[in-house]
Amino acid sequence: MADITGLPRTGAPAGPVPAQTSEPVRPPAGAAASRPAAAPADTAAPAPDFSGWTCPAPLRDLPRIVMGHGGGGALSAELVEHIFAPAFGGRTLSALGDSAHLELGGARLAFSTDSFVVRPLFFPGGSIGDLAVNGTVNDLAMSGARAAYLSCGFILEEGVSVATVARVAHALGDAARTAGVEVATGDTKVVETGHGDGIYINTAGIGLIPDGVDIRPERAVPGDVVIVSGPIGQHGVAILSVREGLEFGVEIQSDCAALGGLVRTMLDVTKDVHVLRDPTRGGMAAALNEIAKAASVGVVLQENRLPVPPEVANACAILGLDPMYVANEGKLVAFVPREDADAVLAAMRAHPLGSGAAIVGECVADHPGMVVARTALGGTRVVDLPLGEQLPRIC
Amino acid sequence: MKYIEEFQDPALARGLLDQIHATVTRPWALMEVCGGQTHSIIRHGIDQLLPDQIELIHGPGCPVCVTPLEVIDKALEIASRPGVIFCSFGDMLRVPGTGRDLFQVRSEGGDVRVVYSPLDALRIAQENPQSEVVFFGIGFETTAPPNAMTVHQAKRLGIRNFSLLVSHVRVPPAIEAIMGSPDCRVDAFLAAGHVCSVMGTEEYPELTDRFRVPIVVTGFEPLDILEGVRRAVTQLERGEHTVDNAYARAVRPEGNPAAKAMLADIFEVTDRSWRGIGVIPRSGWRLAERYREFDAEHRFSVEGITTLEPAECRSGEVLQGLLKPHECEAFGTTCTPRNPLGATMVSSEGACAAYYLYRRLGGTPAPVEASPVG
Repeated sequence: MADITGLPRTGAPAGPVPAQTSEPVRPPAGAAASRPAAAPADTAAPAPDFSGWTCPAPLRDLPRIVMGHGGGGALSAELVEHIFAPAFGGRTLSALGDSAHLELGGARLAFSTDSFVVRPLFFPGGSIGDLAVNGTVNDLAMSGARAAYLSCGFILEEGVSVATVARVAHALGDAARTAGVEVATGDTKVVETGHGDGIYINTAGIGLIPDGVDIRPERAVPGDVVIVSGPIGQHGVAILSVREGLEFGVEIQSDCAALGGLVRTMLDVTKDVHVLRDPTRGGMAAALNEIAKAASVGVVLQENRLPVPPEVANACAILGLDPMYVANEGKLVAFVPREDADAVLAAMRAHPLGSGAAIVGECVADHPGMVVARTALGGTRVVDLPLGEQLPRIC
Repeated sequence: MKYIEEFQDPALARGLLDQIHATVTRPWALMEVCGGQTHSIIRHGIDQLLPDQIELIHGPGCPVCVTPLEVIDKALEIASRPGVIFCSFGDMLRVPGTGRDLFQVRSEGGDVRVVYSPLDALRIAQENPQSEVVFFGIGFETTAPPNAMTVHQAKRLGIRNFSLLVSHVRVPPAIEAIMGSPDCRVDAFLAAGHVCSVMGTEEYPELTDRFRVPIVVTGFEPLDILEGVRRAVTQLERGEHTVDNAYARAVRPEGNPAAKAMLADIFEVTDRSWRGIGVIPRSGWRLAERYREFDAEHRFSVEGITTLEPAECRSGEVLQGLLKPHECEAFGTTCTPRNPLGATMVSSEGACAAYYLYRRLGGTPAPVEASPVG
């Protein structure tokens, strides 16, 4: 069998990487001895005291909700684990997947809900209406389910124009037809001016999980190959560019799309797809960390295999963001058995939403719960779970 | 944007690494001054590729880290006031003051906005004449000129509802303070390239001569950093100590005269407190007396706020390379990335956080290099 990952194998490292032990910080003893003696400082001021250096530690004991609680990172997870899950107490919820897996009247259902509070309502490549359908359809698709029915709740702010509502509704309807899902029930509420951001939407969806399909994060096992379905980072950068009025020379379009068809294509190759995840908030980093933690496996990425479009790379470089943490709305990450990886990849590439699919890494037994990236230079870094929102760095 | 990939080229990096490996014969401790360089080093795993004899000490060049607690507290106080729109670069929002941060001020109803350019804050002031708009002007010589420009423009355009909360810091006095510390074990500096693109290199010969320490002006991409290391090690091995510009595509010896003129007009040099370190003489800028009307501390009468912070964490010693992170009693016990005591444990740039993560890696039965991926 060909080396399906195309990645260097054990015992054949990519380059002459110096052996790295468990001591990455290695101040050699007596290093100072080789330094010429410093001349005394000619200032009379007291010597700065480095011993009390205590600087920015983010505060975790938060009495109020902050934006980071909605960022899909560690703060979001803590809110669910410490407030919602204990309060609701259900067994199904405790699995904390993208969608719940239910058995009802002999049928295996996937059930999911998502709320959409994006600003602006319309952005290059989509709108809040497209997101409201695709977000929930994709959550269902990540358990292999074909979305059948959606509910749709609109929360409208007093004063928003009816034409805007109609435009969003049409976008939502079109997206539903494209995804092959029916909006079966809905609700509308209006809140006073200043209490909303024009339009908020909540959708919930149900779909049938095909027989023989069992896709969930816990099924990742060492040896699985990690595939991403295409270029990453487009949605987050597209939103940022319009929200903040940033221009990067070329318009970056959101990748917003429904992934049910792509998933069916993959399942036609093998029903034994282990894990699927759509890397939305928190991006690839959050998705892979959640999988690594759920399955107690390690994930190793080959960073130069990640498909990052140049315009996304440029925007991230300017803003001090890491593409691995930027949201996607039309991409998936798959963990598939090594023996099926070639065929699954080929099937994905033949699908319009998977034409840029690539093998980016694999699942390992080492460092369970951790995601590690091999950098293009041959170094390694830990890709940690983002805490909350990713913030542009000052320098 | 061009040349990102070119300056990350693995083959060229390999060539530089080979030269560094061939040059080094003894242990050397190099300090990269700028937080942006630290970020790049961790991001690309550069520290792991260098010879064991070369130690990189992450310097105090993260502007977020060194902004003193009392300035953060002043920011929190001003941002909490009704009628104020407080504008800041994004990464300041998470920095804790006494008991809270700007995110929490926002959750309590404060109008705190992230901007990408200081001039955006000026535009917000023009669009909201009924509000007082304050920009949080922190950072090194790199961010100082655009911040100075806001005051220049505010005065020129007669924008009276704009002010600047200033806590700028300067690199050369920090290098001087580090070298003057009796325990200092830094053998050479990689100076911050973007600071030098503004200020030039004329401030450094005095330091190389006085402390007999090489200073190599270094950029931020992997090849830039490796070239900086190569030149620093070459000097050290030869017993030389000069100012060397390894970032000539961005840095001229005279710097950026227009930016320097703007700084000289708007700011004046002052003693500045660095968070956790203490006061370093002449290490900061404040608004010059003639621009006092634009000084947020003056306008909001917060000059009286003074705060002391508890010294629970030993990251100051870590930053000087005097203490390995795991030698601190708090390391991995009361201090982890989830519950950090100090800045060095907070971000991926911090020495303690990096050490924590890689120790976790290395502590597993097989280190990552033995993984099937390579």
